[in-house]
Amino acid sequence: MARGFSVTSLPGFAAIAITSFVLLYAPILTMVIYSFNASESVALWGGFSLRWYTAAWENTQVQEATIRSLVIAVSAALISTTVATMAALGTTRRGRFKGQTLIYVMINQPLMVPEIVTAVALLIFFAAIKVATGYTGLAYLVLAHSAFCVPFAYLPIRARLEGMDLALETAAADLYATPWQTFRRVTLPLMGPGIAAGAMLAFVISLDDVIITEFVKSAGQDTLPTYMLGQLRRAVTPEVNAISTALLALTVILLTAFFLLTRRRD
Amino acid sequence: MSAPTPSTARTGWILSIPALILLALGASGPLLIVVVYAFLEPGEYSGVVWNFTTEAWFRVFFERDIFDDTVSMADAHLTIFWRSVKLSVLTTLITFAIGFPTAWFIATRPAGQRALWLFLITIPFWTNLLIRTFAIMEVIRNQGLLNTALIGLGVIGEPIQILYTDTAVLIGMAYVYLPLMVLPLYAAIDRFDFRLVEAGYDLYATRWRVLRRVILPIVKPGIVAGSILVFVPSLGAYVTPRILGGGKNMMIGNFIELQFGQGRNWPLGAALSLILLAIVLVALLAYVRVTSSDRQDG
Amino acid sequence: MKRLCTTTLAAMALAGAAHAEGELNIYNCGNYTNPDLIKKFEETYDIKVTITDYDSNTTALAKVEAGGHGFDIVVPSHSYIPIYVEKGLLMKPGIPEMENYGNISDQWRNVDWDPNREYSVPWQWGTTGVAVNTSVYSGDINTSAIWLEPPAELVGKVNVVPEMQDVMNLALFYVGGEPCTTDREVLKKARDVLVAAKPNWMSMDYGMTEKLSNSDVMASVNWNGSTFRARINNPDVAYGYPKEGYPVWMDSAAILSDAQNVDNAKLFLNFIMDPENAALISAFARYANGIDGSEAFMPEDMKTAPEIVVPEELKAAGKFTGACPAEAQEFYTAIWTELQK
Repeated sequence: MARGFSVTSLPGFAAIAITSFVLLYAPILTMVIYSFNASESVALWGGFSLRWYTAAWENTQVQEATIRSLVIAVSAALISTTVATMAALGTTRRGRFKGQTLIYVMINQPLMVPEIVTAVALLIFFAAIKVATGYTGLAYLVLAHSAFCVPFAYLPIRARLEGMDLALETAAADLYATPWQTFRRVTLPLMGPGIAAGAMLAFVISLDDVIITEFVKSAGQDTLPTYMLGQLRRAVTPEVNAISTALLALTVILLTAFFLLTRRRD
Repeated sequence: MSAPTPSTARTGWILSIPALILLALGASGPLLIVVVYAFLEPGEYSGVVWNFTTEAWFRVFFERDIFDDTVSMADAHLTIFWRSVKLSVLTTLITFAIGFPTAWFIATRPAGQRALWLFLITIPFWTNLLIRTFAIMEVIRNQGLLNTALIGLGVIGEPIQILYTDTAVLIGMAYVYLPLMVLPLYAAIDRFDFRLVEAGYDLYATRWRVLRRVILPIVKPGIVAGSILVFVPSLGAYVTPRILGGGKNMMIGNFIELQFGQGRNWPLGAALSLILLAIVLVALLAYVRVTSSDRQDG
Repeated sequence: MKRLCTTTLAAMALAGAAHAEGELNIYNCGNYTNPDLIKKFEETYDIKVTITDYDSNTTALAKVEAGGHGFDIVVPSHSYIPIYVEKGLLMKPGIPEMENYGNISDQWRNVDWDPNREYSVPWQWGTTGVAVNTSVYSGDINTSAIWLEPPAELVGKVNVVPEMQDVMNLALFYVGGEPCTTDREVLKKARDVLVAAKPNWMSMDYGMTEKLSNSDVMASVNWNGSTFRARINNPDVAYGYPKEGYPVWMDSAAILSDAQNVDNAKLFLNFIMDPENAALISAFARYANGIDGSEAFMPEDMKTAPEIVVPEELKAAGKFTGACPAEAQEFYTAIWTELQK
């Protein structure tokens, strides 16, 4: 073969790939950079400044929306991860049993059904309940978020469970541990990284949700994404830049943690 | 694994029940209500009147002129469906054209570098959809980066109106869904045995031939997976066309939302949702069919 | 795990109970409420106020009628108030007995869509016309042809706000009809002219104050106050009064019948009838209000602005459009729905 011929290279592919990375990051980086822009313009640089971050920080609507987003995300992550862990334990390493497909379909439903359809369905369903009971609190949002976070929590936990070596649990049983002890002392800790990964995924998914929250929320129940949606439909202030950059930073941190957690292959 | 005992099945079910209840309340149950609502009469400004009628389904395909009562094809609806399908297909093609080389590139990096490139492609994937749409909007606005750069370079004299057009929605969706195409493609190319490519070159095949006859058929499951992952969300997109389309270039998602606001026709909204769901399920079934037949061929 | 659960529950309770002193939930048009007014109200009465935006009267009515919304106060346009009343969505909070009731201007006190102000309190009033960025088009802007038969420079750059009553009325004026007509011929002409014009529009969106300021939009059907604010940011923007006819409207604040914070809502209604507070509202959104004595507190530029002071020759073209009888309203909504597609 001619010298320098690489089996793995195809003409132009590297160029397209690099271009695509540039195109992917250019808008995001522009947004990040201009969040520190001293002037209001989105194209002309006026010097470095933190004024938009200060403005966003002091904006009470932003503060409330952020707190609400975090509260819902934490609650949804807790609920969905707990429920998903139990479901994963119930459906893995058992051999097929009757009705398992139904469980899979139901658990993964949020992945298959377009979000707008779920949003519309929940709007109708909750509207009836709101009128009947008069309760318009956060519970609806927590319920909706927990539901669609389940498949995201389920998949990493299940993957972890399937990759686990049964030998350790068999060893525990050999040492006269009861099933409950085995579960608590051996299985659960081994599942740890999977559960943590699932919880984090659920947290990020809940934090990012726009459509379902937009349809289900009642008066004064804006989350950070719905607040931003409202702003985007009207004004395009650099304040939104600052909020977006902050959210992005949070996502990157969580993602790095997620990567580190799942990189480790015991 | 030994055959499941009845108690195994029972435990399996018991452990799954909380998940099933949560999803029944928060996802599946409400869907059934949508089916019911699609067969009711619309209320005056919102809600429904509990009379059975198939008017909503009629209204999806046909319309009655307000003044002379003539029945005709609802071409406004068809336009919206067609725009959604057209933009989704275009988005899939564009993301494939850009995504395949990108996935190939990442998969062929030396093992040490690969994790970094993967990480770089995952960040946009997990970034909030709203943020990504907003970022693209900032670039294509009249006073945004693209127009300012073009004017500065002297290419054009006045800003090009990109925002609030179909093109803007297409650019937005391609940008937002590109990572969704790259990741499954990467997974498939990663598993690809490059010795086959080497064999092809040994037999004096050109690069193009090798690509077409050896590589593409084997990574087909990845291509299909990526296409589905882009096509399905594009079809049901709501946020991106809302922000970049200006309320006029509606896709199915926006049109459905309209029925619950100014359109004042909940049953029609329900019927449209079910049709969207049906199209998506057909696409998913095609995916399952294609991948399982591939697996059988081995 | 247990500690985590209880902590979360506590956090949720805290988030929900943060405003235990008193709450008020207002549902108003976007970008229409002065944050300073709200702050003043919050500090005076120690009540936490939330404001939710609606983009059009139709959306607002749809959401309120659906129930379970959680709002206490809604601020609809005058032509919608009778619809709200007929559906039993508003309550009579005893406005004539309120302390500041006497401040309402005579012309706005006994209006035919809310006799004696039993249900609502004046918020602001204004006109609907066209806003044009004169750097792109320098011809006559006092006509609805700007958006119904756009000149070449504006084709593909015009926005139409999705507010049914205003758009329908402007269109009917343009084809020589009257608002609330049930004349099928005229309605058909209006429908045809609207449908034919739609391909020339760029968008049907709201938020024109910012979009005109940013030059994202070059021309739009818009309200006078919003255009005023755009002009302050972008001097190229000008407001035109369509000579074929333009609607005059008033928005009023009312309490919803299923409101949960009725006492706080009453305090708010009384609060905005005070001249100083009414002036605050006007200073922000740049519309006139219906409260006597507020002129003393309003910004100087409102006294001479072309958006507030109607040119003599165009005064007659402005018509205060009332609420339409049911049959006419049905035609309106049918045509509007068709246009929306």
